[in-house]
Formats: sequence, structure tokens, C-alpha cells
Amino acid sequence: MYSQGLRDSKAGDDSPELLDAFQQRIDKEEKIEPRDWMPQAYRKTLIRQISQHAHSEIVGQLPEANWVTRAPSLKRKLILLAKIQDEAGHGLYLYSAAETLGESRHQMYQDLLSGKAKYSSIFNYPTLNWADAGAVGWLVDGAAIMNQVALCRTSYGPYSRAMVRICKEESFHQRQGYDIMLKMAKGSPEQKAMAQDALNRTWWPSLMMFGPSDKDSTHSDQSMKWKIKRFSNDDLRQKFIDATVPQAEYLGLSIPDKNLKYNDKIGHYDFSEIKWDELFNVIKGNGPCNQQRMDARNKAYEDGAWVREAAAVYAEKQDNKKHNKEVA
Amino acid sequence: MSAEYNYVLNLADNTLILGQRLSEWCGVGPFLEEDLALTNTALDIIGQAKMLLEFAAELKDSDDSADDLAFMRDQHEFKNVILVEQPNGDYSQTLLRQYFMDVYHLHLYTALSNSKNEQLAGIAAKSLKEVNYHLERSDLWIKRMAHGTEESFNRLQASLDKLWHYHHELFEESDELTELVEQGIAADPKQLKELWESEVNGLLSSTPLKIPQTGWKATGGRVGNHSEYLGLMLCEMQFLQRAYPNCEW
Amino acid sequence: MKLYEVFLRAKSGLSHKHVGSVHATDAQMAMQNARDLYTRREEGESIWVVDSTQIISSNPNDKAAYFEPAVDKIYRHPSFYPFDKEVKNI
Repeated sequence: MYSQGLRDSKAGDDSPELLDAFQQRIDKEEKIEPRDWMPQAYRKTLIRQISQHAHSEIVGQLPEANWVTRAPSLKRKLILLAKIQDEAGHGLYLYSAAETLGESRHQMYQDLLSGKAKYSSIFNYPTLNWADAGAVGWLVDGAAIMNQVALCRTSYGPYSRAMVRICKEESFHQRQGYDIMLKMAKGSPEQKAMAQDALNRTWWPSLMMFGPSDKDSTHSDQSMKWKIKRFSNDDLRQKFIDATVPQAEYLGLSIPDKNLKYNDKIGHYDFSEIKWDELFNVIKGNGPCNQQRMDARNKAYEDGAWVREAAAVYAEKQDNKKHNKEVA
Repeated sequence: MSAEYNYVLNLADNTLILGQRLSEWCGVGPFLEEDLALTNTALDIIGQAKMLLEFAAELKDSDDSADDLAFMRDQHEFKNVILVEQPNGDYSQTLLRQYFMDVYHLHLYTALSNSKNEQLAGIAAKSLKEVNYHLERSDLWIKRMAHGTEESFNRLQASLDKLWHYHHELFEESDELTELVEQGIAADPKQLKELWESEVNGLLSSTPLKIPQTGWKATGGRVGNHSEYLGLMLCEMQFLQRAYPNCEW
Repeated sequence: MKLYEVFLRAKSGLSHKHVGSVHATDAQMAMQNARDLYTRREEGESIWVVDSTQIISSNPNDKAAYFEPAVDKIYRHPSFYPFDKEVKNI
């Protein structure tokens, strides 16, 4: 079996020699492949990170799907549908990568549905006007791309290959979002107000997408050492801000941060302290849409149960028929 | 309005409204692969609607664009059959409606690929490839549900009882349409009906499903007399264009 | 649902390449799901799907025994036979 990577390594196997040999492979930039020996913690970290990422793609369909039936033109409807569909596809690429580590998609998905597994906090915010469809593409996908490009070189082979594929597809997501913002920002006063409103609401949650500050990030050190992560949360966040501020200026919209200012000395933008309480609170389940998103995912799963069962039973019957024919 | 415009608009509205209904499934399908697959179908069908509406806009003697036709007409001006505006219901209802429309579109586009109207023939030829795949999928799903579990069979039977009465409208005849058929522009509804019934009956009779035997036949969509569902659908679909007219999006 | 591995041929002349996996209840559904998931951007013109349990994979622990013996057989490579420049077309 390729995908269902065998659990070759047992907990007790993490001897210093093996760990050392593993680290040497990582340091040589060798990719780790599904059936290679790997430390238990490496496997666990990857399963957690990749499945969280997959869950985010799947839950992330919902806030945008909120506008599919109300998209204002045929072209926008097609683009938005294709984009949301890509998100489902990305979720599948990622589940597929995580499965090579020996965790079944069924288990990962159950963890999402039960609330045990986490997903990106950004999707617990509502999309209230059409410009949100733009802001999600421009800012949320923009922030995601920063992370994902960095992950293309991650040390685990299937994860890295999934990220390469995702990055290739994702580049249109950010551009279509900015395109919506541009039309709105240069449109009627009402449209511009919607665009500004969407930016006001999306800006801070997008910055939170990069995760806690490096000094508070619990998983960072070991992940960097194993080259699962290749850049720190704060570095990527700064890179995102530096890239995005000029784009907002071009739109003629203002970013909701009084302290946002270019700092000549360091060549980066300074910005206000992020309200970390809000992030941790949303992660804990107390965001404006946590309940709604989980209800929607659970309902879809329950409503689909009989469909999945019918398909499975049908396949079984067909197999039996074939088998009986062969026997006869 | 010309007969040709009315004809193209009927085809366009069938796809637009069906595509809009399918898009409601986006993100909440019965499992992830299927969610993605059904959205692929929705994309194809809304793409067909866009081509057909663009063509209709050309045929119409006004400045209306395809978007104007989609977003600024009121429900009585829509020419789609009532079948496509029916709510999605459960997955059996959505897939049965889809199967009905896929069989219809397969034969429709096959015929129209030879239409004397080259533009229509071009749209049909392109759409035909997409429909072949849609039908492969919906046909298989009908079999899965019909032969799957007791629950899936019962659900599918209930959907059949509900939707069967709506298919007749796809093959309604009119003087205007007869003329277009004689000119070699439109597909002959009599032939379509024959092909459709032979294919659909063929599949259904290979299953324990029972076709309902009542006399009621839905009618009226083609002349703008719709079910109550369409008006509500349009409220949602047209909201932005109605609330903020004359904007670019 | 069963796990199927997906292989795509990008265009004729190339071989099929592993791209990932899909879940499906039967082979036909696996084929359709692979089509819908992995060829949304013209990535392929031919698909193989293989029941994941049917793939026989070499064991990473055998890496040394399987692949290292090839390392020193340099005489298998054309560069092992250098000639003077005068010898041409060989």
C-alpha cells in the first residue's frame, strides 16, 4: 500500500541513533517519503498540521458559498464556483497527503465534525456583503499563499507535492478577489463603502491567520528543525503586510490600523499589536460563526449518510454479481 | 420577439435555472469528491447558460446583455420549464432532475449540432461533450440509488413520484416551434420525446422503480407561468443587480 | 469507501505519473472522481486508478540491499569508456 503508509516506527523506536540519522537526512534537504522511518512526533505533527490545513479548506468553502447564489454576474458566478470547488480540491489533496501517514480520512473528518480538530480561525467570520467575496480572495487567500509557498519546500514529500499543486492553482484565487475589490472600490459610492467595510472586517483576522507570535508559538521550534515549517509566523506575517499595504493604497481603501506606517529604518511596515485574545477565543470556538460552520458541516455529513451507504451497498452487490458470474 | 429568440431563451433559461439550483449544493454535498463533481456539472451548465444568453442577447433587438437577461428580467419573462426550478430536495431528487435534464440535453444538443443556425450548432456541439459526461454520472447515480439500500430506493421512488409530471413540458409543441423545426433550426420535440422516453424508460424498467400513472402534467413555464419557487429563486439570484442597478461588478 | 491511487498522463508520449488518491465505492466512481479532482485544468489526457491495496511497494528497510549494489557498477554507464577525440560517432 502506498497511501496508507505503514506504521513502521513504534513509539519505543525513537532511539537517538535513528533520530540523528533522520535529522541528517532533513539537513541534507532529502525529502521524507511515506514508508521511510520517521520519529513519532514528526508523524504526529504532520498529521495534525496537514489535516488542520485540509479542514480549513473544507470549512473555508462555506463563507464563500454564502455568495454563490447571489453573485452579481454570470462571470462572477462561474469564477466563484470554480474557486470554491478548488478549495474542496485542495482539501482532498491534503487529506490524501495526510493519509500517507497512516491516518484515515474518515478519522480526520470525524475529528473535525466532533470539534476535536481545529481549522483556520478566519472561516469563523461572516461574509456580509459581496465585497467579502473579494476580500476573502485578496486577503485570506493572499495570506494563505504566503504560508503555502513557504510549505512547498516542506520536508515531507507528499505534503510538499500537494502544496506545489495547490500553489499553482491558488494564484488565480487571490487575483480574482483583488479584481472584485477593484471593481467595487472604483465603482459607485455604495460599492466603495461595501469594499471598505469588507476590508475593515477582514484585515485583522487575516493577520491572525499566520498564527500566534513566534514567542508564543508552541510548535514552532521543532517544526523548523524538521523543516516542516520553513519560515516563522512573524516573518510571513510581515511579508504579507509589506506586500498588501500598497495594494490597498491602489484601491484607495484605508487599512484599519492607526499605527500602520512604513519604517524606513527596517524597510518594513510597523503595525499595531494584534488582539491575541480574540484569536485564542475564536480558536476555542467562540467566534461569530463557529457554531454555524460546524452545524453546516455536520448537517451535510448526516444528510449524505444514506447516499454514501447506497453507493457502498451498490458496489458490493455489483462485486457479488461479478463474482457469481465468474464462479458459474 | 422573434421565434428564434424565444427558442434560444427557453434553452438558456433551462440551463441558467438548473445551474443556479445546482450551485446551491456547493460546499454541502454528500461527500467531498461528490461535492466537487456536482460543482463541475454546475460550472458546465452555467457556462452553457452564459453562451446561450449571449446568443439570445444578440438576437434580441435591444442593448440588453446576457447579464441583463439573467438578472433584470422578472419571473414571468423567464421561459424555462418548471422542472428545473423545483427545489433540490434530497440528493435523489437533485440527481433525478439532473438525469432527466441530462438525457434531454444529450438528444437536444445532438440534434442541434446539425442546426442550420451555425451559432446554435456551435454552442450545441461544445455543450454535447459536457453533457455526455454529466449523463454518465447521473445515470450511474440513479442505478446506485435504485439498487442500493431500501432507504435510497424509497427516496428515489418518492422523487420520481414528485418529478415525473414535470418532464412533459420539455417536449411541448407550438406553431412557432414547428416553424423553426421546419426551417432546420430547432430540434423536433416529437423526436426528442421519443428518444427521451425510450432511454429513461429503459433505465427505469431495469429497476424496481414505478413510474407514477396520474394524468397531471406540468405546463406553463415556456410562456412565463411558473411555480412559486422561481420568484423566490430570482429574489436571491438578482439581489445585487436589483438593489444596486447600473453598477459594474 | 475505498482508497484508490491516481495516475495521470499529461500528454501522449509521456508515461503516467502518480498524482494522489481519491475515495470511491467502486472503480468507475474512482475514475470519475479522479477526473473531477485531478484534471480540472487540462492536466491529463489519460487516467489510471488503482485500488490502493493492490500496489506492492518495496520496503524502505531494503533500500541498501536493493539499490546500493548498483552504485559501483559504473561499467554500465557509457562514460566508463573514454576514447580519444579522433574516435567519432560512438
